[in-house]
Amino acid sequence: MSLLHRGRWITLLGLALLAGVYVRALAFTPVERLQGPAQKIYYLHVPAAIWAETAMVLVGLGSIFYLFLKDRRLDRFAAASAEVGTVFAAIVLTTGPIWGKPIWGTWWTWDARLTSTLLLFFLYIGYLLLRGAVRDPALGARYAAVLGICGMCLVPFIHLSVYLFRTLHPQPIILKPSAPSLPGSMLATWLFSLGVFTLLYVGFVTQRYALSLLWEERNGA
Amino acid sequence: MAELLRQAWAVARKDLLLEFRTRTAIVSAVVFTALVLTVFNFGRDPTAVSALDLAPTILWVTFTFAAMLALNRAFQLELENQALEGLLVSPLSRTSLYWGKLLANLAFVAVVESVGLPLFVLFFNVPVGRVLLPLVAVIALATVGFVAVGTLFSALVIRTRFAELLLVVLLLPFLVRPLIGAVQVTARLFGDRPLSEAVGYLKLLAAYDIVFVSLASFLFRFTVDE
Repeated sequence: MSLLHRGRWITLLGLALLAGVYVRALAFTPVERLQGPAQKIYYLHVPAAIWAETAMVLVGLGSIFYLFLKDRRLDRFAAASAEVGTVFAAIVLTTGPIWGKPIWGTWWTWDARLTSTLLLFFLYIGYLLLRGAVRDPALGARYAAVLGICGMCLVPFIHLSVYLFRTLHPQPIILKPSAPSLPGSMLATWLFSLGVFTLLYVGFVTQRYALSLLWEERNGA
Repeated sequence: MAELLRQAWAVARKDLLLEFRTRTAIVSAVVFTALVLTVFNFGRDPTAVSALDLAPTILWVTFTFAAMLALNRAFQLELENQALEGLLVSPLSRTSLYWGKLLANLAFVAVVESVGLPLFVLFFNVPVGRVLLPLVAVIALATVGFVAVGTLFSALVIRTRFAELLLVVLLLPFLVRPLIGAVQVTARLFGDRPLSEAVGYLKLLAAYDIVFVSLASFLFRFTVDE
């Protein structure tokens, strides 16, 4: 089975399980007392946010190793991870306002978290634009790697904002120093969803990686 | 270290001398700053919003735009007659080339800001006398961060299409973080708040400067080598 097909199967499995996440979230997980059904979007929003940020860190790590090892596979991986990260950041930026409207009464607010996700999204767009703007592929890969490393170093600065500033956004309830503060069934659904998003990330990245491989073969690069 | 600084100074001196002899870029940048300040005056309703409320925004948006305009110049200059190749074959270390460019850009932006600040005070009648020293310190901290990332990115985009536009798109997400800090500190200074309120932001600005100056010094070699 080719890499492209393998990626496609992983993605299809991920999408099928995503439907499963929603069956579980809607039918078998309790409704949150204060937020009501709006809270269900949490099972989509938070895993997507985690992977949007992790993807940027992986772009940076891939870039560091690319600059030293000059291995083309690392560059293909960084490019793929950036594209998938862009999609995940877009998911975060769409699901956020859908939840924000009923709960906060506004689609958008310039809260530290929202601003930092928006910045992350712009960072991804800039990265993809830079890749597209350089004709020589080897030069483009090197430039993108430099930007990717800078992007990775920016993530702590934008992530710190969540803890530094008092924000309107709910504070982390799972990934925090003390124990998770939500019922077991909600935590189980959330962990299931995080697993599914991990699968989706792997599936998308594999497909994108295989596509750049095909593109390179075709263009004799 | 002494050798690195000596080489950096040689590069910076060359850039500044070139700038001083032609003066086109620096005069344009200063006039641009004055124009942005003028435009801001018409962008607000003076009966509804007092100048002091808007002052930190005006100051920082103007300085950010002026800095970005100045950064485009740094490597564009070296494209003519393959001057960059000349620099690269000379016995300069890549780090000192970066530091030289950084120093020249800092001097350039500092000149623009030192004209911009009095104009800002004049146009918007902001009392800065009491807080001048801390204000200059904040401007210096933020400018170092802006210019450190900007110098690296301007080397990154010179060989791309639409270099000027791309630089702005790449740079702005990186500038927002120091910009937030600078605006917050400036607002507290103008509002006569105690400096202790701004310490967190100052630490963030300093951390940003340290991280990105070192990172850019290291990464610069990958942007110029063939």
